[in-house]
Amino acid sequence: MSVLIYAESAEGKFKKVALELASYAKKVADSLGTTVTAVTVNASDVSELGKYGVDKVLKVSSDKLNTFNAKAYADVIKQAAQKEGAKLVVLSSSTDSLYAAPAVAIGLNAGFASNVIALPESTAPFVVKRTGFSNKAFNFTEISSDVKVIALGKNSFGLVEASGAATAEDFAPSLNDADFSLKVEGVEKVSGKVTIADADVVVSGGRGMKGPENWGMLEDLAEVLGAALACSKPVSDVGWRSHEEHVGQTGKPVAANLYIAVGISGAIQHIAGVNSSKVKVVINTDPEAPFFKVADYGIVGDAFQVLPQLVEKLKEFKAKNA
Amino acid sequence: MKILVCISHVPDTTSKINFTNGDAEFDTNGVQFVINANDEYALTRAIWFKEKQGATVTVVNVGGADTEPTLRKALAIGADEAIRVNAVPTDGLFVAKQLAEVVKNGGYDLVLAGKESLDYNGGMVPGMLAAILGYDFINSCEGIEVDGTAVKAIRQIDGGKETISGKLPVVIGGQKGLVDEKDLRIPNMRGIMAARTKALTVLEPVGADVATKAVKFEKPAAKSACKMIAPDNLDELINLLHNEAKVI
Ligand SMILES: Cc1cc2nc3c(=O)[nH]c(=O)nc-3n(C[C@H](O)[C@H](O)[C@H](O)COP(=O)(O)OP(=O)(O)OC[C@H]3O[C@@H](n4cnc5c(N)ncnc54)[C@H](O)[C@@H]3O)c2cc1C
Repeated sequence: MSVLIYAESAEGKFKKVALELASYAKKVADSLGTTVTAVTVNASDVSELGKYGVDKVLKVSSDKLNTFNAKAYADVIKQAAQKEGAKLVVLSSSTDSLYAAPAVAIGLNAGFASNVIALPESTAPFVVKRTGFSNKAFNFTEISSDVKVIALGKNSFGLVEASGAATAEDFAPSLNDADFSLKVEGVEKVSGKVTIADADVVVSGGRGMKGPENWGMLEDLAEVLGAALACSKPVSDVGWRSHEEHVGQTGKPVAANLYIAVGISGAIQHIAGVNSSKVKVVINTDPEAPFFKVADYGIVGDAFQVLPQLVEKLKEFKAKNA
Repeated sequence: MKILVCISHVPDTTSKINFTNGDAEFDTNGVQFVINANDEYALTRAIWFKEKQGATVTVVNVGGADTEPTLRKALAIGADEAIRVNAVPTDGLFVAKQLAEVVKNGGYDLVLAGKESLDYNGGMVPGMLAAILGYDFINSCEGIEVDGTAVKAIRQIDGGKETISGKLPVVIGGQKGLVDEKDLRIPNMRGIMAARTKALTVLEPVGADVATKAVKFEKPAAKSACKMIAPDNLDELINLLHNEAKVI
């Protein structure tokens, strides 16, 4: 019956979400009295997965899969699930996994639930808790199909180490030409920077930053925290920052451990996209800014005075705690 | 080119979200419904194709009669015709199956949808639709050009973007970037008048299994008050982040 996870890797190394999936799947598998199998693509050393509860790894190696391709990857995951007789397939909520997940579900005749944020409420019937309504409510979804596909929200479960070792097995799914009818012509990546999707800390600026020339302060803060940079929608609409960094309901979701919002009012559409972050810090001149209602720590103050001081203090803190 | 734009009818983003019937149903009382934001970018792009390259634009929604004002708004913005599949959507799979039927019967070359709806945030319909049809699918799409049957699209990826080429037919999961913010349209009087005479066809649903069901809703627990820190006491913030929140 085993539980199958798709363990995402980049340049051969597992992403943190892969280890989180393993931790989650182990717990579900334990309650179902079964084991966890992971399918990996072009990952060489798979031993790390064992430490988070994976019993068996299906290793797929193929040059054709060097760049992500949703149709082909969905085919790989589907065939791995069929080979293992998996009744539950767990994917992450990364852009890539969410791209492939609906095709995996159709391929397996499975019901699919995304944005899952907790262990199943019950396994028979199979009910999971999900976020919905732009984080304004939770929705408990029952999946009634025989095979079930779910996507776990980032940072919703965390990492739980297990004592075990995974056995590895080469797996060669059959890929057909139709899987490759879309061609990737080019990839433009912002290199050397933490991406919003991977970051545990996100520093975000709004219209209160007054102009793109003032972003240096936020960059300094991001640098000392190892954070990714983000912005509110109007900031990217007017072109102060790229669309890439726009977070919120119509932008990217942020489920970081720490989200620092500077000069952002906290409009409902912004909050919707960042509310699943664990700890929120708000810096705003306006004590009535709605963001304070959902923040954990707030500073009523001018970003232009607070930021440089905060950067200095954090540098001192880092030096002491290094 | 025949373009189909899938329109989701969702609560306006500022709506208060409440539940009734023992928290088993979404309470639509007093809720204003609008075209899903991601679908609006897709619709505007479709109309751009119509005006610049020649295309017909059909909008489709799976929903009860109460969604017709949303479809009329899409017509007022410039779509040529509308289809409503007469069924209350139960889950993403059900909706995808209904849409697949519409695509098959209408022979659309380009199917545009929003990458996710802003109510249930499932993000599953466009991908499932493509998989059912066996069409190629481009998700998180923030740019699309069509030349004959050749398609070039830009897709957002974590930490960057990717340029993809392919051929029609294709299903797009679209988002902000498909058109400039300033090009989004508000229906004008002429559009609203014209929309009244455009065809809105109601189709009955095809039988489809439902694989998922929302059984219960819950609102987040009330948040404890924000701890305020004086701007000249940043040591306190660092202390709290380190010792209390344990995030640095
Ligand atoms: C359908 C829809 C979808 C949307 N999606 C999104 C989305 O995904 N993401 C998003 O962000 N928005 C979204 N919006 C827009 C949203 O409603 C707000 O307009 C936007 O979030 C406001 O951005 P802001 O807080 O940067 O700007 P403002 O509202 O202008 O707020 C600026 C803030 O900066 C503060 N400030 C000014 N000077 C300083 C200073 N020196 N130091 C500190 N603080 C200062 C002000 O007090 C104010 O609170 C959406 C809107 C709609 C209708």
